[in-house]
Amino acid sequence: MEKSNLNADTIRINSVKFHWSNKNDFKINVPEFNVARGEKVLLLGESGSGKTTLLSLICGFLKPISGDIFLNDEIINNLSAREKDQYRCDNIGIIFQQFNLLPYAKVIDNILLPLYFSKTRVQNIKDQKGTAANLCKSLRLPDEVLNMQASKLSVGQQQRVAVARALIGNPPLIIADEPTSALDKSAQSIFLDLMFSQISESHSTLLMVSHDESLSQRFDRVINLDDILKEGD
Amino acid sequence: MLLKLTFASLYARLLTVSMTVFAISLSLMLYLSVEKLRTSAYTSFTDTISQTDLILGSRTSSIQLLLYSVFRVGNATNNITWESYEEIMNKDEVEWSVPISLGDSHKGFRVMGTNLDFFKRYKYRGGQSIKISEGNYFDDLYDVVLGAAVAEKLKYNIGKSIIVSHGIKSFTDHDDQPFKVSGILEKTGTPVDNTVIVSLEAIEAIHVDWSSGAKIPGQETPIEEIRKMDLSAKNITAAFIGVKSKLTIFKLQRWINEYPEEALTSILPGVALHELWRIIGIVENLLLGISIVVIFTTLIGMSAIIFSSLNERRREMAIWRAMGASPNVIIGILMLEAFIISFLSTLVSSIFLYILLNILQPWIDNTYGILINIELLSFKDLLIFILFIISAMLVSLIPAIRAYWFSINDGMTIKI
Repeated sequence: MEKSNLNADTIRINSVKFHWSNKNDFKINVPEFNVARGEKVLLLGESGSGKTTLLSLICGFLKPISGDIFLNDEIINNLSAREKDQYRCDNIGIIFQQFNLLPYAKVIDNILLPLYFSKTRVQNIKDQKGTAANLCKSLRLPDEVLNMQASKLSVGQQQRVAVARALIGNPPLIIADEPTSALDKSAQSIFLDLMFSQISESHSTLLMVSHDESLSQRFDRVINLDDILKEGD
Repeated sequence: MLLKLTFASLYARLLTVSMTVFAISLSLMLYLSVEKLRTSAYTSFTDTISQTDLILGSRTSSIQLLLYSVFRVGNATNNITWESYEEIMNKDEVEWSVPISLGDSHKGFRVMGTNLDFFKRYKYRGGQSIKISEGNYFDDLYDVVLGAAVAEKLKYNIGKSIIVSHGIKSFTDHDDQPFKVSGILEKTGTPVDNTVIVSLEAIEAIHVDWSSGAKIPGQETPIEEIRKMDLSAKNITAAFIGVKSKLTIFKLQRWINEYPEEALTSILPGVALHELWRIIGIVENLLLGISIVVIFTTLIGMSAIIFSSLNERRREMAIWRAMGASPNVIIGILMLEAFIISFLSTLVSSIFLYILLNILQPWIDNTYGILINIELLSFKDLLIFILFIISAMLVSLIPAIRAYWFSINDGMTIKI
């Protein structure tokens, strides 16, 4: 892993160890892992390999036992819980496998939700509704979905709304946890095309997790989770 | 935003939420109506007799005197001689007085001898007067005026001839001197409804041939002769007294209680009514207790409903968290929900209550003589609502704290 310029890294992990207090058999140990700014990285790993745990650590949901996690050169594992929540909503757009949206809320409200918690992201846009509408347009969502209830949309549409929500206010990092697993092949490809073009436009860094190697060619870098994890402590 | 989304979330669960609101409203309504009935019963009870300053009787306890003179329950231990009554009646402090004479009955209803002043002076429910609904007050010696309940239960009409029995439960009738119904009173919701009212003279008349509570054998004075006799009362059972100035009540009361010629008691009806209510008021506390338990149960129920929805909403919580909501926001959302549900319930229950009261009020008034005032929510009701909403939010803290832990531990891993 080359890193000529420290400031160019969005994610930097140094000797991070974590294990669940109630499950002694599961441990993860990441000696070093970096993602450069603007890089699109695919993290490959089978389910149960610790992908989600690693993402939870990066997002600040979990606190490592030892080691440091830097996001944009800020050490986040020492932040208080409240600061972590704030940091997360200011800097990270998250896309889950599925069921990303509050089913009862309108699409527009789902997209604008991160702005409710992040002043930083609000500052990045002038017209909230206009931006949301443009994002939807770019993601080829029909105009009328904005005022529809999220649960009325197809799964593919919901995932695209999730992308719009992750991107609104231009957070520097997008984390996607198997966002295509609920989609069929053709929908996957359309979805990824749209997501990639939007992420490129906003110059965000993408860290995506998947078990599907066929997606590899789209990414700047593909990493096997096993390669960055070290067994034992 | 939070409020808007919480409403949207509740709206998405419209059926469950409205069932919850309905259940809570019903129990709140139950509480409010019990409370309403309780206060109304108290007011109706303490308003059984009003504007009477003192009740006079022979030496006895205040509650006993109240029971037999006003509620026609139990018996007087002694009578008052007319001479003593007259002396009290003529005191300067006394503005008016109504003597009553008790002891006989008709088919289980008490017969009360009094004079026409009774209808003028006896007031209930804060100054309402007795009104006649049919016929006239007694005019002839053998006229009788019936309380509304007596006429209704015995199906008596004006002109009906009735026989008065001696004593409260006896088989001896004053059958030689039949009475005629001259009037029927309007319903009052007081013991007057259950009373058969005759003149004091009539009481004397039916006891002409009696001595020490027994009929003198062989003696039977014809009615024509009785009518010519001097029938002015020699004894009375009790008397209602009104004073000229309220300031003199206690002075007069002390004077009566220390009356040297005869052992007498006088009581302040309001005080005695209150004392009596304290004894029978245990029932009201029981009712209140039950309705508080009902409210408590509903609160637990509401908490359980929020609780059971938590598992299916775990994903929703994870989304909130991923968007940057702190666990406190999760608690806030659930408490906001509890607030909305309980606030809606208070509104719905007030509507229910007033519909219910409007339907039941005439029936309760007629059947139990309890007048329920239908009014806007009192300050006390509002206080109860506020307390209810606060406790609803406190109870919802239980599921909220659980959601808090869920949201902290779930992180990115979302259980479906």
